[in-house]
Amino acid sequence: MTGTAADLVWLPPALALLGFVLNGTLALTRPTAKTLVSVIGAGVLLAAFAASIAVFTGFVGLHADEPIVFRYWSWIPVGTLQVDFAFQVDQLSLVMLLVVTGVGSLIHLFSIGYMKEDPGYARYFAYLNLFVFFMLVLVLGASFPVTFVGWEGVGLCSYLLIGFWFSEAVNANAGRKAFIMNRIGDFGFMVAMFLIFWSTGSLDFGTVFTHAPTALVPGGGAVTAITLFLFLGCTGKSAQIPLYTWLPDAMAGPTPVSALIHAATMVTAGVYLVARCSILFAMAPISSAVVAGVGALTALFAATIALKQWDIKKVLAYSTISQLGYMFLAVGTGAITAGIFHLATHAFFKALLFLGSGSVIFAMHRAYHHTHAHDDAQDMRNMGGLSRYMPWTTGLMWIATLAIAGVPPLSGFFSKDEILTAAYARGQGEPIWLVFWGLGLLAALLTAFYMTRLMLYTFHGPNRTGEKEQTHLHEAPWIMTGPLLVLGLLSAAGGVINIPELYHGNAWLHHWLEPVTPGSAALLPEAHLSTSTEWLLVGIAVAVAVVGIVGAWRLLKPEALVPAPKAPEERGLARLLRNKWYVDEIYDALIVRPLVWLSREVLWKQIDQRVVDGAGVNGAARGARALGWANRWLQTGQVGTYVAVFVVGVLLVLWRAIG
Amino acid sequence: MLLSSLAFFWVFGVIAMGSALLCITRKNPVASALWLVVTLFALAALFVLLDAQFIAALQVLVYAGAIMVLFLFVIMLLNLGRPGPTDIKGPVGLLTAAVLAGALLLLLRPISESTLPSSIQLPPGTVQALQQQQGIVGSVANPLFNEYLVPFEIASVLLLAAIVGAVVLAKRKL
Amino acid sequence: MLLGPALAISAVLFTLGVAGVLFRRNAIVIFMCVELMLNAVNLTFVALAQNLGMGGQVFVFFVMAVAAAEAAVGLAIILAVYRHKQSVSLQNMNLLKDG
Repeated sequence: MTGTAADLVWLPPALALLGFVLNGTLALTRPTAKTLVSVIGAGVLLAAFAASIAVFTGFVGLHADEPIVFRYWSWIPVGTLQVDFAFQVDQLSLVMLLVVTGVGSLIHLFSIGYMKEDPGYARYFAYLNLFVFFMLVLVLGASFPVTFVGWEGVGLCSYLLIGFWFSEAVNANAGRKAFIMNRIGDFGFMVAMFLIFWSTGSLDFGTVFTHAPTALVPGGGAVTAITLFLFLGCTGKSAQIPLYTWLPDAMAGPTPVSALIHAATMVTAGVYLVARCSILFAMAPISSAVVAGVGALTALFAATIALKQWDIKKVLAYSTISQLGYMFLAVGTGAITAGIFHLATHAFFKALLFLGSGSVIFAMHRAYHHTHAHDDAQDMRNMGGLSRYMPWTTGLMWIATLAIAGVPPLSGFFSKDEILTAAYARGQGEPIWLVFWGLGLLAALLTAFYMTRLMLYTFHGPNRTGEKEQTHLHEAPWIMTGPLLVLGLLSAAGGVINIPELYHGNAWLHHWLEPVTPGSAALLPEAHLSTSTEWLLVGIAVAVAVVGIVGAWRLLKPEALVPAPKAPEERGLARLLRNKWYVDEIYDALIVRPLVWLSREVLWKQIDQRVVDGAGVNGAARGARALGWANRWLQTGQVGTYVAVFVVGVLLVLWRAIG
Repeated sequence: MLLSSLAFFWVFGVIAMGSALLCITRKNPVASALWLVVTLFALAALFVLLDAQFIAALQVLVYAGAIMVLFLFVIMLLNLGRPGPTDIKGPVGLLTAAVLAGALLLLLRPISESTLPSSIQLPPGTVQALQQQQGIVGSVANPLFNEYLVPFEIASVLLLAAIVGAVVLAKRKL
Repeated sequence: MLLGPALAISAVLFTLGVAGVLFRRNAIVIFMCVELMLNAVNLTFVALAQNLGMGGQVFVFFVMAVAAAEAAVGLAIILAVYRHKQSVSLQNMNLLKDG
């Protein structure tokens, strides 16, 4: 108890949980009470955001050196292991808390408009509130198990929300795919937890990180194993190579879900985890290199796929994977602040992009609904020229596009540039980092290109929706456009929280996070780049962004596009990119099919049917019957038989007595 | 010809075993009964050779004279004088009997070849001396009415019970 | 001196009695084989009486008494069964069989 508002840290998760309980009850009893659900659903989030600000202010006022841990009850006291259900209030968790509750509130408000016609309205908000609860447990947890509870919980809610419209097999399958792939990652997380307990004897963040430098050998096998397993969990949750294929499929869920879970919050949990365990990663240079390498590679790989996607949400999904790659590049390099900074700015502009696309899809759906057409409302080939009908959405999405491309002075420029600069700086000592920097730069070029492509095909050029539908296309209601405005503002001006010294800024976030990111100082050499090099790098980054945007604007011809039903098949490289480098098909052939074959032929037919059913169950029955049949012969009812048996018995007795 | 008692013993022993074998293998029950009587007589002779003259007499009077007569009465009463067609079991039964009997014989051989421990053995000729003293009947009667009086009385009760039981069981209408 | 042969003969007689019980089907003949077994035991007792005292012969006395009682009752039972089944063959005495 600190006596300040920081004590209220339990309030935001509790409010979200309350929202879940209330909305869940309403979903089961009065699903048509939409107004009440809206008030509860969005209300608890707004209240949680207000409480988060209070906690933040309280913490700031305390000027604490150490994280404040609030222990609520003793959860697992077993032998030498003591795990409490506890929340930790420190600079890192507060940043995450504010992002989750803030962006979450905006998305809840947007959902009120977007999901208005849906019969599962109450269920939607119940699940969404539950998700926020688990996400808050994840970021506020003071120990690995508590964070893991949140980790698993958000996975569950992701499954529930991806498969929200589960009556379609596609959606249910997508939810299942997400859950199963996440489980693979979770296995890594759990193994890492076991190793951590085994080496340090505790699972509390504070204790582990204090003991780590002495309990583990720096650069040794144990710490490398721990960090690699943790990263496996991150690749699952944050959709990096090799466990990223669930995220594009997850676009089957409602668009606000994609915005909240698969852009702003859940997928960033992996980045949070690496940032939280920065000490461990600092002690394992191999793992840090792996993290940065995988991040950079994923950033480029996903960007290539985004170049040729036609579904507007799929483009954004691959974009998310790509940007997450940047965040991992950052935290792998040791620039923890840069990673968290990009996490925050990405939350702003990616949520804006998703919600904006949600407005577009909303409008397209309504138009098709009026004309009873069944075309795909998400395919960009069916859009075009929407700026005439949806000016606000167009403008706000352009802000987000410029931000993600890294055009100054928007937020994305500052965060992305900081990451690339850090990679380059580390590359001075370790050349491999120059490769990563190169990959990141190339990915930035592609990012600018495909985002401009998206804007071009959706909002500019001629309209391909159809004449009858055009009359029904218009801007979304203000409940949806309002949050977009707020996000637009944040995307534009959000960079202000961490302007580097190069521009005579105060790098506020960097200093704020310093106490909790000791790994940063350990990994990132203090060897500064000269100012001229830094300006050069900035110049290169901006040039790349501009080249991407202008190139797309010039090279792509929206007039040549044909509406989706009549569009021709791609060929060659385009086809490869359109089909996501056939990664899903490769996984299917290498992993899924053998597994299914194994399950069916071996585990089911042989083991389950033959061994368990045949030998075990039926065998036991047959054995019992055989024994019974054998025993029949002892009770024939014939006196002669009885006499013979009697004599045998006597012989036995005699034999034992004599012999 | 002067044959020693051992020779006589073996003669009567062979007669006993032979007639016993014949007894169990005859199909006609009457024949079986009569061969059993021969066996009993041979055994009585053996008893005599073993200095149990009173018992030999009892054997002839009670066993051969009463019990076997009873057997023959019942056989005649039930008109079973003719050999029964299924009186002897088939090959399976014969095999079982052979095996089990063989096993039994094998088990009993060590007993028959064993010697009594000398601590409990009485000196040879004790029985004859006793018989000289108390008479042949007296040597059996003395222990019978002294040490074994209670079993003696119980035996009489047993016989009574047997009589009553036999009468009840054999009634036409209970 | 006569003990060994006596015990041998007794063993053989006993075995013959057991064999008879096992492979005959006529109840009365089986009964007779049981009497044969009893007599074999009597021979054993008498043979041992020479070495161990008069108790052997007294016991034979009792065995005979019991054999008589048993013969009476047993034959009465066979009579009763014959009245029901019109046969003394062991095959037909199977009321203990189920069904």
